[in-house]
Amino acid sequence: MELVCPAGNLPSLKAAIDNGADAVYIGFKDDTNARHFAGLNFDEKKIQQGIEYAHTKNRKVFLALNTYPQPSGWSRWQKAVDHAGEINIDSLIIADLGVMDYARNRWPDLNLHLSVQGSATSYEAVNFYQRHFDIKRVVLPRVLSLKQVKQLVDNTDVGIEVFGFGSLCVMVEGRCILSSYATGDSPNTFGACSPAKAVEWIDKPDGGMDTRLNGLLVDRYNANENASYPTICKGRFNVGGNTYHALEEPTSLNTLELLPELFDAGVQAIKIEGRQRSPAYVAQVTRVWRDAIDLCQQNKDTFKPKSDWMQELAKVSEGSQTTLGAYHRPWQ
Amino acid sequence: MRLSLGSILYYWSKDDTLAFYRDLADSPVEIFYLGESVCSKRKQMRTQDWFELAEELESKGKEVVLSTLALSEADSDIKTLHRICDNNHFMVEANDMGAVSLLEGKAFVSGHSVNTYNQHTIKLLSELGLKRWVMPLELSKDTLADLLATKPETVESEIFAFGRIPLAYSARCYTARAHNLQKDDCQYRCIDYPDGMLLNTQEDQKFLNINGIQTLSAQTYNLLPELDSMKTMGIDVLRLSPQYRHMDKIIDLFDQCINNKLSTEDASNQLEKLTSSGSCNGYWYGKAGIESKAS
Repeated sequence: MELVCPAGNLPSLKAAIDNGADAVYIGFKDDTNARHFAGLNFDEKKIQQGIEYAHTKNRKVFLALNTYPQPSGWSRWQKAVDHAGEINIDSLIIADLGVMDYARNRWPDLNLHLSVQGSATSYEAVNFYQRHFDIKRVVLPRVLSLKQVKQLVDNTDVGIEVFGFGSLCVMVEGRCILSSYATGDSPNTFGACSPAKAVEWIDKPDGGMDTRLNGLLVDRYNANENASYPTICKGRFNVGGNTYHALEEPTSLNTLELLPELFDAGVQAIKIEGRQRSPAYVAQVTRVWRDAIDLCQQNKDTFKPKSDWMQELAKVSEGSQTTLGAYHRPWQ
Repeated sequence: MRLSLGSILYYWSKDDTLAFYRDLADSPVEIFYLGESVCSKRKQMRTQDWFELAEELESKGKEVVLSTLALSEADSDIKTLHRICDNNHFMVEANDMGAVSLLEGKAFVSGHSVNTYNQHTIKLLSELGLKRWVMPLELSKDTLADLLATKPETVESEIFAFGRIPLAYSARCYTARAHNLQKDDCQYRCIDYPDGMLLNTQEDQKFLNINGIQTLSAQTYNLLPELDSMKTMGIDVLRLSPQYRHMDKIIDLFDQCINNKLSTEDASNQLEKLTSSGSCNGYWYGKAGIESKAS
């Protein structure tokens, strides 16, 4: 089972490799990828250095081109594909059909993966991309139960990558436009959910805080509460006279305890979320997951997550809490 | 420009559903999209019932298109998908790439939850059989103009012109959550909310609408005021998305404007009274979807 870790910059890439990642995934410095944040991602020089660092240690580098170009921006995505084809990238992670088609035709030898933003949730969808574009792997949206993941694996030859840890999208990825409804920008069109320019943290006289997105109140905190980044699906709203986390609480996905079952299901790779996080986060999470996968590989029947691993992961989780998400049926 | 009626996004009783279509069978709507596109647990109307309704509407001279689920997860979802896509008579609206996969080689419609953001995607789908394409909701009129200028001639365009905006789909049921229930024991609570459940901010600003596993906008997307400029763009079909009440009147207002029997200004004033939680059109202008801009 391959461990795929996030790298928003060169120090994170090195941290991932040094702590046991089998592969890292990165993006260019523009809206061609779904972590289009200021100060993040790789320019020409840094990409070369990153690839060299990884390849010297026999690890892989994947490049995410996982947003959706519109006609006016098409040439930027086309250039990004060509750029990726010219450097020694191990796989391209693509969401858009048009971009996928271009990459396959222009660079027939490139390994292609279907991004989670491609929103393929059934083996019929996955096999479509294999048939037309010979994809080698698909990253599954975080909407399937463990049983459904297994059924999907059983009905395709495409390698399956699932999310193991990190910020949790509660909506099916690639088809959520909550962010653009509030701000005008979405992961699909802009490469970011709740873009920073639309976020406001407003201190209140009583020590509390309001978090807003383009003026819309996403959450209101007391003085003794820690405010979370205002993502719409993690806010507190009023439904039917009750104010609560109507969609989901601020929480991170953590599937460490499901590792033996993911092995049994035939999952090929585990993905860690968090290209926007610090090199320290990447190092910490990568180290825990490396140890866990190695231990599980030795004997999956006796595998149990160690309590210090869980503590380490909880420390870097949203709201300091974790969930099994959709893998665990009662969550749904 | 022809009018279409999108599939019902909410969970209505079988009686309500059949009565709704009976009332609209002689309306100016030319294209009916039928089927369950949100939650596979909803069984008031079985797949067979949709087929029977489809035949009935077809016998009245309507074009009928069968809509598939936007979010397929279980094996049983795939079985239903096969049954719909293999029907060999009615055209099918693919609402995810699994459906596109099964419809390859047949004439099909791509729904707004299939990500068609650029000319290359539309061209590729047209080579697989795409007959009509519904533009994703977050795209603007400027992008639409670019797409209309470059799309293959054989592909018709359809624009979502009225209704609450489908914004997201999840494994989790939010209607069940609002009642402290899990999805597996949802007790079909969504049938009590024929127009969904309103979600407000803590400042009582109307924001979203919960409809089972789907999240909609609270505001109604309304392009009626834009109709005059839309007529010159080369749009083939305008889609109206059902709400529980007044759909007959809403259809008539659009029809009268298309046929120049009523000004869009007068019609818009009348339409505003038939919707709840206000209207929006920000996406059309390339802005935040919730915004409302005068045309």
